[in-house]
Amino acid sequence: MLYTILAPFLLAVLAPLLHHRLKDLSGWLFALVPLGVFLYYLSQVPQIAAGEPVYQSYAWVESLGISLSFYLDGLSLLFALLISGIGALIVVYTGAYLGQDVNVHRFYLALLAFMGSMLGVVLSGNLITLFIFWELTSITSYLLIGYDHHKQEARTAALQALLVTGGGGLALLAGLILMGHATGTYDIPTILQSGDMLREHALYLPILLLLLAGAFTKSAQFPFHFWLPNAMAAPTPASAYLHSSTMVKAGIYLLARMQPVMGDTPPWFYLVAIGGSLTLVVSAYLAMRQVILKKLLAYTTVGALGLITTCLGIGTDYALKAAMTFLLVHALYKATLFMVAGGISHSTHLYDTEKLGGLGRIMPFTALGAGLAGLSMAGIPPFLGFIGKESVYEAGLASPGAMLWLTLTLLLAAVVNLFVGLLIAWKPFWTTLDAPLSEAHEGNVGLWLGPVLLGSLGLILGFIPGTTALYIVGPAVAATAGEAIPVSLSHWHGFNLALLLSVITVALGILAYRFRHPLRRLLEAPGRLDPAGPERGYHRLVEGMLWVSKKQTCLLQNGYLRVYIFTVISFLVALPIYTLVAGGGVPIPPEWPSFKLYELGIAFLIAGAAIGAACTNSRLTAVVCLGAVGYGVSLVYIFYGAPDLAMTQFVIETLTVLIFVLVLYRLPRFTHFTSEFVKYRDMLLAGGAGVFVTILTIAALKVEIAPTISTYFAEQSVPMAHGRNIVNVILVDFRSLDTMGELLVLAIAALGAYGLLRLNKDEKKDKV
Amino acid sequence: MNSLFLQTGARAIKPLMLLFSVYLLLSGHNHPGGGFAGGLVAAAGFCLHALAVDVHAARKTLKLQPSALIGLGLLFALISGIFALFAGLPLMSGLWFTLHLPIFEEVKVGTPLIFDIGVYLVVIGITLMIIMNLMED
Repeated sequence: MLYTILAPFLLAVLAPLLHHRLKDLSGWLFALVPLGVFLYYLSQVPQIAAGEPVYQSYAWVESLGISLSFYLDGLSLLFALLISGIGALIVVYTGAYLGQDVNVHRFYLALLAFMGSMLGVVLSGNLITLFIFWELTSITSYLLIGYDHHKQEARTAALQALLVTGGGGLALLAGLILMGHATGTYDIPTILQSGDMLREHALYLPILLLLLAGAFTKSAQFPFHFWLPNAMAAPTPASAYLHSSTMVKAGIYLLARMQPVMGDTPPWFYLVAIGGSLTLVVSAYLAMRQVILKKLLAYTTVGALGLITTCLGIGTDYALKAAMTFLLVHALYKATLFMVAGGISHSTHLYDTEKLGGLGRIMPFTALGAGLAGLSMAGIPPFLGFIGKESVYEAGLASPGAMLWLTLTLLLAAVVNLFVGLLIAWKPFWTTLDAPLSEAHEGNVGLWLGPVLLGSLGLILGFIPGTTALYIVGPAVAATAGEAIPVSLSHWHGFNLALLLSVITVALGILAYRFRHPLRRLLEAPGRLDPAGPERGYHRLVEGMLWVSKKQTCLLQNGYLRVYIFTVISFLVALPIYTLVAGGGVPIPPEWPSFKLYELGIAFLIAGAAIGAACTNSRLTAVVCLGAVGYGVSLVYIFYGAPDLAMTQFVIETLTVLIFVLVLYRLPRFTHFTSEFVKYRDMLLAGGAGVFVTILTIAALKVEIAPTISTYFAEQSVPMAHGRNIVNVILVDFRSLDTMGELLVLAIAALGAYGLLRLNKDEKKDKV
Repeated sequence: MNSLFLQTGARAIKPLMLLFSVYLLLSGHNHPGGGFAGGLVAAAGFCLHALAVDVHAARKTLKLQPSALIGLGLLFALISGIFALFAGLPLMSGLWFTLHLPIFEEVKVGTPLIFDIGVYLVVIGITLMIIMNLMED
């Protein structure tokens, strides 16, 4: 399984190189990899259907309980098949749709990397691994939405998608960690066994809320639904793949995965079912107002995700069956319709459904794919879509508690689906326009192969409902329910309420299509409320964050060296003094020791030079005085037996004076800038710092902190590191990693200084 | 600056400082010194040259750009740590060999020396990068 995830990543890295060789063939050849992955998972179907999940684990960060483990059960398998199967067709489609674009190699890179990440999400057997792949899908999605990076709209949409899903991702991470904390493991198969314990746990509600935040943002549920329609700025292959059939389903996957352990509680039911049905209603309303092909599809996708979420929230056996069936149905027809929409726009350069018509004869294959998918979307027998819709109705009718409300919502969803199905699969192809579209033409085989294949699959699976139930839907439902449930799918259930609802749906859908113009005008009326929607909240939040970061940067990073130094020293003095006083540890000065004459001499030298530096009006004198202070200190080192330090200090002082002189040389004449108040304040601070350091030195004399480490170094220096200079041994051997870090910091600092110096010079040159 | 005394003095002192810096570097493991102090002394030598004669002249005797010295130094430091990996030890463990040379008899050479050479080069590079840039107008 590991290789099936690594393969797309590997190909992603190689894709840009290979594309330059393969040119137009790359789409077809790249598709072989996902196809191979698809076939591999197809071969796993019998075993999974027999109820034997596969588990593989590789050691990773064992100390934290994180392993690179993969878990394949019915649910993962359904997703893996969709991701790899649709993925293969999308790669072919990309070749035909974007093949002429100069940057298409980047698109392949992001697309294939996304495929690997998405497979990783659904196959992960470890919460943390799952999270990492989850975030990777957000990042690759960002790259794909922002593919047309010269367009403002694409950049904004990409950033919005990243921020919304990334924010949810953070919540998810917190939720997953809490979950790991509650269950004591990050291992998903183990967690799946601990449902009762988790539902009873005190942290249940926080975990649930955090997981839902992750799932709802990812799957564009209300009130986070707004990013998905905006993400349609992505090229159509990305929309067809990420924003209909795969990435947005990651949230659904998470909900379904957690259903056995987190589901079946009142909070779960209310939050998930109501969240889902609210999404359904909102998206239905927004979809009815749309005329743009991809936006229509986007809103119905939000609706479909809401529908699946609702079913997962209801959580009965019927509802889970409906969720999984509808998931499969939706992935098949929605990816198809996206590719159809892309094909239409590719051929006609039109995006507005009302301007399209009469394409049926010109684009027969696209029309075929669209027809197949549209019928499945509309839920007409014998398509799989019909079974999906019927099972959704059954789930709604059998739901405890909120039957009427849920059933009505589901009905609304089905009507909108039919309406949009007609608008996309019927309107552009089989209605006549006053002025026929002259430049329209059928695209090449890559553009219609995917729609035709996927569309047919919706029909074929509809013909063999028993097999579909046994091998695909059944195992997925079993995994979602946490136990094996007999699942049967069939077209004919007798004359029951669900059938009646289906008939009503068709009637209402056709009516809505017929009278769509007055309907839209009616729905436009409350449009003035749009700016108050959740998207407004998003913009407010982003603006607010930018404002705060700007303010705090201006406050803290104001560019005045004196302010930095003032702040640093104030804290350096105030905090330890507070600790000392609060801890009652102000040291008593030791007995006045006897001095040797030269010690007194050095002390006077240092103190005199320091006072001189503070009092002089000449910068040069100040620098020289500072140098004298430094030399005095190195003399102290010499007398107390630290020749290493003394030597280093000596050279450093020399070089520092040199640098100072070089810098001062460039400064304007000395003038008095500071007020009296500032002078006294600085004097106080400087005096405080001096007193504080003295106190600290006296305190340090008395405190013995862990003598073991220095003794250890002293003892081990020669036997272990073959050196008698302990300082050097510590620097280059015992603590060499630290030294390495310091070297890097120094190098970076030097580069920064170099940059600043060059900047100044280049500016001067420009002026001359 | 055109001081004959300084120029003549610098000519004589600079090689001595460089020699001394290498001595500090090599003996640093057992005696006072090491890559850091050595690097500073060497840098001071070049600074003396630049002060007494001219920055460009000093730069010429340096052969390599300071930035190249920094990069080279970091590379040395990194490489010294990687040897241990091949011996199956954790990164940056010191490896030691005893060399039998005619005059010095037994000399112990280890990867920490390579690391110290890295420190030496980085310190020279950084100091000179800043000071020489300041001097050039």
